[in-house]
Amino acid sequence: MNSLHVLPFWVEVLTAVLLVSSSLFALIGALGLLRMKDFFQRMHSPALASTIGAWCVALASIVYFSVLKEGPVLHAWLIPILLAITVPVTTLLLARTGLFRKRMAGDGDVPPEVSEGRHEGK
Amino acid sequence: MKRLFPAPLLSLSLWALWLLLNLSLSAGNLILGALLGFLAPIMFAPLRPLPARIGRPGVALKLFFLVGRDVLISNLAVAWGVLRAGHRPPRSTFVKVPLDLHDAHGLAALAMICTVVPGTVWSELALDRSVLLMHVFDLDDEARFIEHFKSTYERPLMEIFQ
Repeated sequence: MNSLHVLPFWVEVLTAVLLVSSSLFALIGALGLLRMKDFFQRMHSPALASTIGAWCVALASIVYFSVLKEGPVLHAWLIPILLAITVPVTTLLLARTGLFRKRMAGDGDVPPEVSEGRHEGK
Repeated sequence: MKRLFPAPLLSLSLWALWLLLNLSLSAGNLILGALLGFLAPIMFAPLRPLPARIGRPGVALKLFFLVGRDVLISNLAVAWGVLRAGHRPPRSTFVKVPLDLHDAHGLAALAMICTVVPGTVWSELALDRSVLLMHVFDLDDEARFIEHFKSTYERPLMEIFQ
């Protein structure tokens, strides 16, 4: 008998629900990337995959393996935490680059620099 | 001791992180993790000359759960906004938030929180750290948004880092 078959039904349901909702959120994030009109709007939807998408997968892994190994297996939480630390670095770089390029191009959609008049001895 | 371990807390957490990631307490992993904890702070010392002072662990823990809750709520809001974008385009806009928090580490944590929560992206910080420009996916009421941002994230961070 495979060890898969001895898991209680509720564990299988919970794991499946978590995995499916994770992929749904990732799908909606990708859809947002496709449907949004401008660069800054498109920056928001990938966050769905890196937050709730990753959380659901981590939670599914924790539930499944904790029951399978009959003890708490919590280290999957490190993935969302490491993602929360690293994702903002690239997001911030993209946002700064987007602002810089739009300002250089004279695009009226973006606000002027917020430091205007706040530096150079003022 | 202080020269060998300039950031003992960081060394200890890196060691624990390594052991947790490998899920093993074997001699090899203990040594590798300890090496990582010993070398990383020394190698990163030139990058961050300001030692962080972190106080109020209770406030930090509360903030951690508040951010978790807000991430869940705004995930649903952004997902919903994306799904009916054809019907009603999201009211995306830039918002200027006046800041009272000036500590570099506090601002780094604020940038992280602001970017991790879907629906808001940290875009620019004024050179004198007095104003923050951020992009909001779907803004309802600017004054209320700023008030929520300042009271939920900025004030606890000021308590933790100052």
